[in-house]
Amino acid sequence: MDSLLDLLQKDARLTTRQIAERLGQSEAEVEEMLAVLKDKGAILGYHAVVDPERAGQRHVSALIEVKLTPERDGGFDKLAQRIARFDQVTSCYLMSGGYDLAVLVEGEDLREVARFVSEKLSTLDGVISTATHFQLKVYKQSGFIAGETHAEERLAVTP
Amino acid sequence: MKPLQERIAKHVQGLPRSGIRDFFELVMGRDDVISLGVGEPDFSAPWHIREAAIFSLEKGQTSYTSNLGLLSLRQSIAGYVEELFKVSYNPASEILVTVGVSEALDLVFRALLNPGDEVIYHEPCYVSYNPSITLAYGVPVTIQTKVDDNFVLRAADVEAAITDKTRVILLNFPTNPTGAVEPVDELEKIAALAIKHDLIVVTDEIYCELLYGGATGMEPGEHTSIASFPGMRERTVLLHGFSKAFAMTGFRLGYACAPSVLTEAMMKIHQYSMLCAPIMSQQAAIEALKNGAPEVERMRRAYAQRRNLMLKRFAEMGLPCFSPGGAFYMFPDIRKYGLTSKEFALRLLEEESVAVVPGSAFGTAGEGSVRACYATAYDKIEIAMDRMANFVSRL
Repeated sequence: MDSLLDLLQKDARLTTRQIAERLGQSEAEVEEMLAVLKDKGAILGYHAVVDPERAGQRHVSALIEVKLTPERDGGFDKLAQRIARFDQVTSCYLMSGGYDLAVLVEGEDLREVARFVSEKLSTLDGVISTATHFQLKVYKQSGFIAGETHAEERLAVTP
Repeated sequence: MKPLQERIAKHVQGLPRSGIRDFFELVMGRDDVISLGVGEPDFSAPWHIREAAIFSLEKGQTSYTSNLGLLSLRQSIAGYVEELFKVSYNPASEILVTVGVSEALDLVFRALLNPGDEVIYHEPCYVSYNPSITLAYGVPVTIQTKVDDNFVLRAADVEAAITDKTRVILLNFPTNPTGAVEPVDELEKIAALAIKHDLIVVTDEIYCELLYGGATGMEPGEHTSIASFPGMRERTVLLHGFSKAFAMTGFRLGYACAPSVLTEAMMKIHQYSMLCAPIMSQQAAIEALKNGAPEVERMRRAYAQRRNLMLKRFAEMGLPCFSPGGAFYMFPDIRKYGLTSKEFALRLLEEESVAVVPGSAFGTAGEGSVRACYATAYDKIEIAMDRMANFVSRL
């Protein structure tokens, strides 16, 4: 199971046949493992990791520190889940330290993100404060170094 | 003036060029080739190791080290070796840090052999064994292991090769180029022979972290070193290094572990030739031993997956290949096509632009096979396997 996840976390586009070949198992076995992982919610989804700058996309992303008032029943969960459901929010984490939620937000431009923060996020009951940090440049994203293309530097034949 | 060719020392004149080198020159200058001809990882050294080397340079650590190597590195090596090989060595006097296992091999033969002394080793094997022995005025005595016997070195064959001139048995498991792992019971018998005939055993275990256990090869295997058998530590020179498991080939760092008298003898040659291994490589190696284990396992799993891929594809194309227990090589059996290993490799290169190394480069016992390295990206292996399937279907 771990090996299967290893493979998919590096390249989610692998076919069942390719996975089976690499793990030395049958395609049916791999399909079964995938079904189990999906049922458990262990695999949340698949997507391409894009560097928007190189892709030429109009794109702004921001990390927003959010402080909340925990509720008597359910602590931070109810409010955090409510925030996470907004389409603009790409990731949302409960944090230790100086603030409660780290909310990653994406939009086409600065104004769109600013509007989301001022109109949606900070107006929610229970949100005490927000601090918005705009992302300036991507160096690494989801395990991939930005701008790195792989060139073979080894000699073609060695002992 | 005498022709310069005649000025070359006779025992150097007589050395054959590496068959790998010849093949390399054919592959060079073609950019459509997928090479399965390499003998090193396709991974760069893990970043934390490279970063340690950079930090060492930033601190200005650019000096010589002790001839034996940095004491702190030797202490780390002692701990690592004890855990992996179940043998303990004194870092002060029984460990010598070398410029790769290649240097250690050269040192050990120069330290041990008098002219005419015989060294028994098994073929197919790494290309430097024969020349290293010859350059030390020793006599190489080869045992031909067989594909039909999964390239096991049989103790009976070793015993038959022992003469009153035999001084050393040289072992390499897991083996380059076959990936063979020696069965423990056979290894025990070889140890008994070494004791009975009072021989030194030199064991090159550079691939020992790269073992493929369990039904699918995905589990780490258990390595057994001949040095760990009773009565063997005092007659064994254990060679290991950082090139393969830690993907540090270019750092050029290996080591020899042996009783102090032997270590001292190798150190004498090392101090007058190499002096010491590069300090930045040694600093990087300390980091590798301290924090490198997860990365080694991550790479091993990647190799295991590629090994599975190649095994399956070879089976599908009807190319017989024994399932290798270690290293990162496949050594498929091409005898049924009626071509020599060189013809097979040349035609595969010309017709399908895939480079493999002819088995004959690894000794006469390698004839009838080719070496295909799976330390190459999956997608390239997949294309290479498709091309090989096309090729063998035409033979």
